[in-house]
Amino acid sequence: MDTTKRRFSVRRLLAGVMGAGLIAAATPALAQAPAAGTNLIETIRNRGQLICGVSTGLAGFSAPDSQGRWTGFDVDYCRAVAVAIFGTDQNRVRFVATTAQARFTALQSGEVDMLARNTTWTLSRDTSLGLDFPATSFYDGQGFMVKRSLGVTSARQLDGATVCVQPGTTTEQNLTDWARANRVTIRPVVIERQEDNTAAYNAGRCDAYTTDASGLAAVRSTLQNPNDHIILPEIISKEPLGPLVRHGDQRFADLVRWTHFALIAAEELNLTSANVEAAATGDQRPEVARMLGRSGDLGQMLGVDNRWVVNLIKVMGNYGEVFNRNLTPLGLQRGPNALWTTAGGLQYAPPFR
Amino acid sequence: MSQTTSDPRYGLKPPKRPMRISWSDERFRGIVWQVVVVAIVAAIFWWLWSNTVRNLEVRRIASGWGFLGREAGLPIAESVIPYDPTNTYLRALTVGVLNTLKVAIIGVVLATVLGTVLGVLRLSKNWLVSRFVGAYVEVVRDLPLLLQLLFWYAVLQGLPGPRQAVNPATGVFLSNRGLKLPWFEWLDAHSWALLACVIGIVLTLIWRKKALARQMADGQPRRVWPVALLLCIGAPLAVWAAQGAPFSPDIPYLRGFNFQGGLTVSPEFFALLVGLTLYTAGFICEIVRAGILAVHQGQWEAAGALGLPRGRIMRLVVLPQALRVIIPPMTSQFLNLTKNSSLAVAIGYQDIVSIANTTLNQTGQAIEGIAAIMLVYLTISLSISLFMNWYNTRIALVER
Amino acid sequence: MSVTVNHTPSPALPPPSRVMAGGPLGWVRANLLNGPINAAVTLLLAYLVVRYAISFIDWAFIHAIWEVPNDRFGRPDTALCRDNKGIGACWAVIGEKHRFILFGTYPYEEHWRPAIVCVLFIALYIVSAMRRFWRKELVLVWVATLTIIGILMWGGVFGLSYVPQERWGGLPITLILATFGLAFAFPLAILVALGRRSRLPAIKALCVLYVELIRGVPLISLLFMASVMFPLFLPEGMNIDKLLRAQVAIILFAGAYLAEVVRAGLQALPKGQYEAADALGLSYWQKTGFIILPQALRLVIPPLVNTFIGFFKDTSLVLIIGIFDLLTAAKTSIIEPQWQGFAVEVYVTVGLIYFIFCFAMSKYSAGLEAELNRHRVR
Repeated sequence: MDTTKRRFSVRRLLAGVMGAGLIAAATPALAQAPAAGTNLIETIRNRGQLICGVSTGLAGFSAPDSQGRWTGFDVDYCRAVAVAIFGTDQNRVRFVATTAQARFTALQSGEVDMLARNTTWTLSRDTSLGLDFPATSFYDGQGFMVKRSLGVTSARQLDGATVCVQPGTTTEQNLTDWARANRVTIRPVVIERQEDNTAAYNAGRCDAYTTDASGLAAVRSTLQNPNDHIILPEIISKEPLGPLVRHGDQRFADLVRWTHFALIAAEELNLTSANVEAAATGDQRPEVARMLGRSGDLGQMLGVDNRWVVNLIKVMGNYGEVFNRNLTPLGLQRGPNALWTTAGGLQYAPPFR
Repeated sequence: MSQTTSDPRYGLKPPKRPMRISWSDERFRGIVWQVVVVAIVAAIFWWLWSNTVRNLEVRRIASGWGFLGREAGLPIAESVIPYDPTNTYLRALTVGVLNTLKVAIIGVVLATVLGTVLGVLRLSKNWLVSRFVGAYVEVVRDLPLLLQLLFWYAVLQGLPGPRQAVNPATGVFLSNRGLKLPWFEWLDAHSWALLACVIGIVLTLIWRKKALARQMADGQPRRVWPVALLLCIGAPLAVWAAQGAPFSPDIPYLRGFNFQGGLTVSPEFFALLVGLTLYTAGFICEIVRAGILAVHQGQWEAAGALGLPRGRIMRLVVLPQALRVIIPPMTSQFLNLTKNSSLAVAIGYQDIVSIANTTLNQTGQAIEGIAAIMLVYLTISLSISLFMNWYNTRIALVER
Repeated sequence: MSVTVNHTPSPALPPPSRVMAGGPLGWVRANLLNGPINAAVTLLLAYLVVRYAISFIDWAFIHAIWEVPNDRFGRPDTALCRDNKGIGACWAVIGEKHRFILFGTYPYEEHWRPAIVCVLFIALYIVSAMRRFWRKELVLVWVATLTIIGILMWGGVFGLSYVPQERWGGLPITLILATFGLAFAFPLAILVALGRRSRLPAIKALCVLYVELIRGVPLISLLFMASVMFPLFLPEGMNIDKLLRAQVAIILFAGAYLAEVVRAGLQALPKGQYEAADALGLSYWQKTGFIILPQALRLVIPPLVNTFIGFFKDTSLVLIIGIFDLLTAAKTSIIEPQWQGFAVEVYVTVGLIYFIFCFAMSKYSAGLEAELNRHRVR
């Protein structure tokens, strides 16, 4: 009789201990994400850090260097938003590496505040995920790269070729759409990770490699003899890449959007990290005065310090500087990402007024 | 119930008495505690479920299996059944399941053969051979399978391109596009012949059973193999010949970028197969070695004393006994191999995990995608377990 | 059939010859060259082994490049290595990247912390492996060490700067996932194993369901679940870090496998032990805690170590959900343009680290098994 009585109480005890242990283990890692309706900028400021989702490794956009420091174009966008919120400190960012598969979940669940992860803006992503694309930081398009020795000059000659492609992205669907439209038979090799795709192409597993043109240029620049490879002229898709935020907190979305525009406008107005401090006091152009916070209260309207653009440009540089720092070494041209005002590109900032 | 005691009361069960609704009643407490535990588990699951439903609603994520009928649009590199990106998600997932089964079945067969050979070699009297096999086992078992797969894939990619392919025999090409083998065009006549062969195998098994039963009755051994030969090979050949014996060879040749025609073994499949086979063979080797060692030396000696030659001792005396020790751990190795084939996702072989993964990426329906993966593996695992359990009871020692 | 039995004792045979009888030459003749087929096999195998060993040594040492000069921007210039590809290894990649491979994105100046953590883990393994420390106090040692490890990794107290989990990486992650996985899965496994042998049908059914469900699916699917489904399970506003989610998945996975190992130990105990404990009038828990578990767990230590080796290797699967364990860090370290294409060197290095850990554990487990068996056979 006594046996069974003890048995069950002990089981309950153990179950309790187990449960408590798991909860105790989970507590330090439990983060209270902001509920809908609260001010995310305020939450980030109280936390002291912006949490930003980036890709697990893509040269030029986001990859850790030998010292484990995250660098790249997307990474700089995270840093820029952090500078806009916190003033001068660009290290108030926590980077969370996300896979292509888990990226939207991470943002939806509040694990990260924003996502800067070369994600293409599409209608279905904008409407069905509960997320917003505040800006297009990089205009891209999908292309093909082949070995020069194949003698191919146009993508239409790729009938019967083996093509390396990354699954679960728009790239893969563009490829099948394009192949169908042009009656070209493609033999796909579908490899999950970007760097494995590059390796497979380089080893000759595929005749052609398809991804965003920026990616192709980046990959080409790292190959042993870049001149042995050519990027075919056809661009088969539009890939506007940009940061993402959760739907619902428009103030944060506005801040991310105008951080991007501030980077563009600074380049339009020839403000650089070197001269912005002097311009903040000396430049007499009215738009500069408004933007840099000498007159008006544009910063306060966004919920940040009035001198936010000064800090932003001083630490991060303007759009051109960010681009040159991260993407020019890979051999990328400005192309459609040139300023509309000076070079007829697509990058264009609405007035700071 | 012990048979050693002579007290007749020992074998009796205590008399049943009605359960009292009281805490001091053991059965009552048992029921209460079970209700409590089940209630707690149910409550946790209900909580998770309600959270999920709310989250799906808030995040506007679609749910349900409606997407299965939509056009998949995802390219699949290799498929057992015809597939096109315009087909539905259901068909794409089916292709994934078949690809998983393909690598699992071939892998199990190869790993068993290789593992058994290695297990016997491990016991070789040749010091170098046994040590070499020992070192091999140690290395493959102490490195993560994922690392091994990545390694094999890198090795296969290092092969020459299609224009410099290794060509050891006519129609056989080995390059970084995989292995190309001559094949023939599959026609209706071949399908009928295959059907005849399957029927032949079934009939042979029935014949063998009858023959054994008659041998039990009159002691006369009957030959099975002529019947087997006739039913399994002769009949299909006859069926094939009756349809005009159509045969058109399909020999691979290089045209444009790639080889055309023939049978392709892709590098992704090959790397996965090689990795899984070598890894699992390392474990099977040790199982077989332990199984053979578990058979008492006296069995060898006794069989030798009966005048049986060494090969027949192995086949008729040692192996059947070793099998009893070998089968259960072998079953779990087969299951492991099947589950490990899911690592295909890392090297670009499109098995069920890879395709379900892409599906959930495109549709955003994580729950359905992962449920599909789990359902497939649970079905495969249960089938293997059931089959091996059946086989195990068949060969188990019948104690009289 | 008649059986004739010879009652005359046969003359005593000479004792079997010792292995080394006849010196090294005799040993070679007996073990390598007995018979023409064996001799041929030996020679062929020896030839192949020597040939590949020489070409490996050639690649790995003689023609290897150990460091590369910097270019004018102060970045390493790997042209030398690229020209040497296929001829010799480029160990410069390890020289440049070893700290990233070992510690991932952990703050560079704070690398001494994960380094101490790795040493602590190894010390913990060694102490736990020694039989003279198999006492109750060992649990306290584990709790204390894991706490210190937590403090070192997270920081935020004693003047250590706070480091969030996203920045952890490399070897510590592998060790943490495997060790914490075992530490939490083990009690879970004992409960489940006991539950599976329970006489209460509902509890037994729950345990069977859990074990069979988990063992029926691959670890990858559980990790995917942790990565994309766990966030959906939690109420809005609450979320759990990615590393912890993966850790929970590994604990659930390990729990099911360990439960089967423990159950085997429970079943292997002779029934008399249970009956004797009942006869003493011990309660279920006294019986289980003082009589059954100490014996059953001792029986299953070797398979337990083998299962642990499996988990240690399986932690590498977190690569697929983007957690920076040893293997992921190694793969990420060769993304930087100038270091692309040196995968083999990095894989060999990482493989060596995995091998050292697993080999040591498997040798230990084999030794322990022999020792325990000797004890039992006697």
